[in-house]
Amino acid sequence: MEFEPVIGLEVHVQMSTNTKCFCSCKVEFGAEPNTNVCPVCLGMPGSLPVLNKKALEYAIKASLALNCKVNELSVFARKNYFYPDLPKGYQISQYDKPLATDGYIDIKIDGKTERIRIHRLHMEEDAGKTIHKGKYSYVDLNRAGTPLMEIVSEPDIRSGLGARLYLEKLRNIMRYIGVSNADMEKGQLRCDVNISLRPKGSDKLGTKVEIKNINSFRFVQKAIEYEIERQKRILKKGEKIIQETRLFDEKTGKTFSMRSKEEAHDYRYFPDPDLIPVRITKEYIQEIKNSLPELPDEKAERYIKEYKLTEYDADVLVADKERAKYFEEAISIYSKSPKSIANWIINELLGKLNEKNIAISDSPVKPSHIAELVELIDSGDISTKIAKEVFEEVFKTSKSPKEIVEEKGLKQVSDEGEIRKIIEEILDKHPKEVEKYKAGNKKIMGFFVGQVMKATKGKANPKVVNKILNEILG
Amino acid sequence: MELWKKSLKEISELINSKEIKPSEVVEAFIRRTEEVEPKINSYITFLGEKALEDARKKDEELVKKENRGKLFGIPIAIKDNIITKDIKTTCASKILENFIPPYNATVIERLEKEDFILTGKTNLDEFAMGSSTENSAFFTTKNPWDLERVPGGSSGGSAASVSAGLVPVALGSDTGGSIRQPASFCGVVGFKPTYGRVSRYGLVAFASSLDQIGTFSRSVEDTAILMNVISGKDEKDSTSSDREVPDFTNFIGKDIKGIKIGIPKEFFPETLDKEIKEIILNSAKQLEKEGAELVEISLPTSKYSIEAYYIIAPSEASSNLARYDGVRYGYRAEDYKDLEEMYSKTRDRGFGAEVKRRIMLGTYALSSGYYDAYYLKAQKVRALIYLEFMEAFKKVDLILTPTTPDVAFKIGEKTDNPIEMYLSDIFTVSVNMAGLPAISIPAGFKNSLPVGLQLIGKPFDEGTVLQVADRFEKINNYNLKFPNL
Ligand SMILES: [Zn+2]
Repeated sequence: MEFEPVIGLEVHVQMSTNTKCFCSCKVEFGAEPNTNVCPVCLGMPGSLPVLNKKALEYAIKASLALNCKVNELSVFARKNYFYPDLPKGYQISQYDKPLATDGYIDIKIDGKTERIRIHRLHMEEDAGKTIHKGKYSYVDLNRAGTPLMEIVSEPDIRSGLGARLYLEKLRNIMRYIGVSNADMEKGQLRCDVNISLRPKGSDKLGTKVEIKNINSFRFVQKAIEYEIERQKRILKKGEKIIQETRLFDEKTGKTFSMRSKEEAHDYRYFPDPDLIPVRITKEYIQEIKNSLPELPDEKAERYIKEYKLTEYDADVLVADKERAKYFEEAISIYSKSPKSIANWIINELLGKLNEKNIAISDSPVKPSHIAELVELIDSGDISTKIAKEVFEEVFKTSKSPKEIVEEKGLKQVSDEGEIRKIIEEILDKHPKEVEKYKAGNKKIMGFFVGQVMKATKGKANPKVVNKILNEILG
Repeated sequence: MELWKKSLKEISELINSKEIKPSEVVEAFIRRTEEVEPKINSYITFLGEKALEDARKKDEELVKKENRGKLFGIPIAIKDNIITKDIKTTCASKILENFIPPYNATVIERLEKEDFILTGKTNLDEFAMGSSTENSAFFTTKNPWDLERVPGGSSGGSAASVSAGLVPVALGSDTGGSIRQPASFCGVVGFKPTYGRVSRYGLVAFASSLDQIGTFSRSVEDTAILMNVISGKDEKDSTSSDREVPDFTNFIGKDIKGIKIGIPKEFFPETLDKEIKEIILNSAKQLEKEGAELVEISLPTSKYSIEAYYIIAPSEASSNLARYDGVRYGYRAEDYKDLEEMYSKTRDRGFGAEVKRRIMLGTYALSSGYYDAYYLKAQKVRALIYLEFMEAFKKVDLILTPTTPDVAFKIGEKTDNPIEMYLSDIFTVSVNMAGLPAISIPAGFKNSLPVGLQLIGKPFDEGTVLQVADRFEKINNYNLKFPNL
């Protein structure tokens, strides 16, 4: 029997507001423990939460960017449980009336677009951190009250790769709209996976397993791939999947059962009486919609239409906000050859940056450099071959291509008289080859071109060289 | 007349005309406190020395300072579930016995801005859960009119302190009657404003959707003066209202001609004590003589208010009190082997029986499988109660009822029977469920014990409540009577 994996993701995204969700304490990564705290986020008696308007705005932005329906009425609810890093003994979250529902993200697998639906997006506050050291446990509440969005997908994902692409796209969108850096290493994006298998063609769901605390996109993919195989093995033996929470071991690449005595929690959700229901007007939603920047999918579509880029190139460029920004900056400087600029970025720059582990925003080759380089090629001032040399030099020195061409005398020779003189000299030196050519060995043309290039250190304009050679040799 | 018998307004006038100094005022009240406090035990924390120090500073300011606050030099007692910076705030609970908060409640900030003098923190039922102060973890406050009886609760300490003349006014909190019932038992004016009128920031939450800070005084006018200070939108409390706050003193000394007063028949059942009924209905007749119009109305759903209240309030309490876990502040058990045990021992020893009873009730009501049948159903009842009141307010401006079914009961009389204790709030609870403003004012005596009259107003129409209450007070002058201590 063939099995089909059914995967849903629960993602927590930390919003990049300056202050916390329900008080005015700073949100800061790596501050001294318990320095960004106040009576509200410490859960002191009598303190009350007040919703951070920026957090609400960010969450609405994210909802719209994820094609969700923003509910005009949503309600904060208390999720009750005891834990030392949960100061109030409950987390302020949303339950039966979330901020937004029914969205989607389109991902591309093997050139095919797949739509992953989003079930809901809601706002909640983060808990603090408990640090266990020897005999003691320590609580740091700097993070307590940081605004989060919980984004729950429908079980539409079918593979580890799909999950990874979904997460990458999600992160990309969050960065485009500037509501989160969504950096998994910094805990700004956290992902829990729900996964089950079912016979292919069936529409019934199998017993699901939850995988928690995975800390990179790569590991999400790996954990899912491992889990699919594990569940397959069990089902093929005719055994049953146990509903449980599992963790992923990065070293072995395997998932393992959490085996904690954590029972099924009853969180006793109820509307938080300290916060009034959130009412959002249609006008406000529209206002935020209008303020949204161009999103990756729209951008890619425009690149294809406007700049005649291939779908692949467009996708590569928009897959990172900074990359797209780089591209657009370059074409704003030199607008005649967007396709060549795209090629230079994708084929030369990205590889090189990757190799040296440099972010595109820190690239030694600036967008203006790429623009200049392509302009130099287009105007016939340098050949593509020379351009590659120049590019290497720009990468090393951050000098402008023009400067380098000037300094090194790399400017292409396009002057017909000059080239004709050189060609004539070469033909004189190689009478035998001229004979062969005339006898019909047209392949020998390459030899002459090579000789001219050698003589000019590659600076002769190949078009002009070909033209004159053809003229002389007939 | 002795200084301690004077009203806030009178004292204020004496200070501002520089006939007396704030320190003289405070000294007078300290003397009175030293004399009678041992008999009634109204304070958990008495701050006599600090108050005197504060008053002496104000003596100097009286000479130098031009813009003095509206409460300049006025001694005020605060219920010990309202947060006071650097001053122990215990909620009459062992779990907060030594809790010294590093911040102030908004009402305290507002009182400070008007130059009040804090005399101390008054006793209450633990976390404001109770109707007699017998649930205080520390001691029971005595009713100044009869030391064998309870002062009512939960704000029993504040009510007793005003009644006994330890302070002219005090703050309390009212979740189901916790200001009005003790005001009634102690023969003082107790006022619960509309939900949202006064910031709850710094009021230690019992049931957030019902809790409201209010006042105790010996005259309606003093209530108006105090309300002017503590009312109004607070950015720190999302549930506080941005409705404009009128000058409440403008409602003092007005006639009440043409005001329609509803008499809800459900609040005068067959079982109601005859004398109480007579006193309250006679009060209504007095108002009628003054030009008010009496209208019989019906509030049938209000009979379910106690039941619904004892689902909603404990549900919220079970969540509000989860923060007392021994991790960050307050009491923590010393002997435990793991986290679970630290939690359970801390909470078992830190909370009293009534608090634990309500936490369990609320936890149960919110549990999955029961939520719809209890919490959600109770919320529906609550919505109906509100709608019924709104319907009634189409016909009348004000609703008149007894504050309590009977006068103050004896200490220990109801401690074994929580349901009976709960029923002493039967006439006050529905007001919290609907979020309305209401006052209890002295309306006479039964067996030498005070009887309270309750007037309930439309949302944010505190003015009319005060207007009619003031008129009633001025006909009878019960407020000039003091208990014999
Ligand atoms: Zn804070």
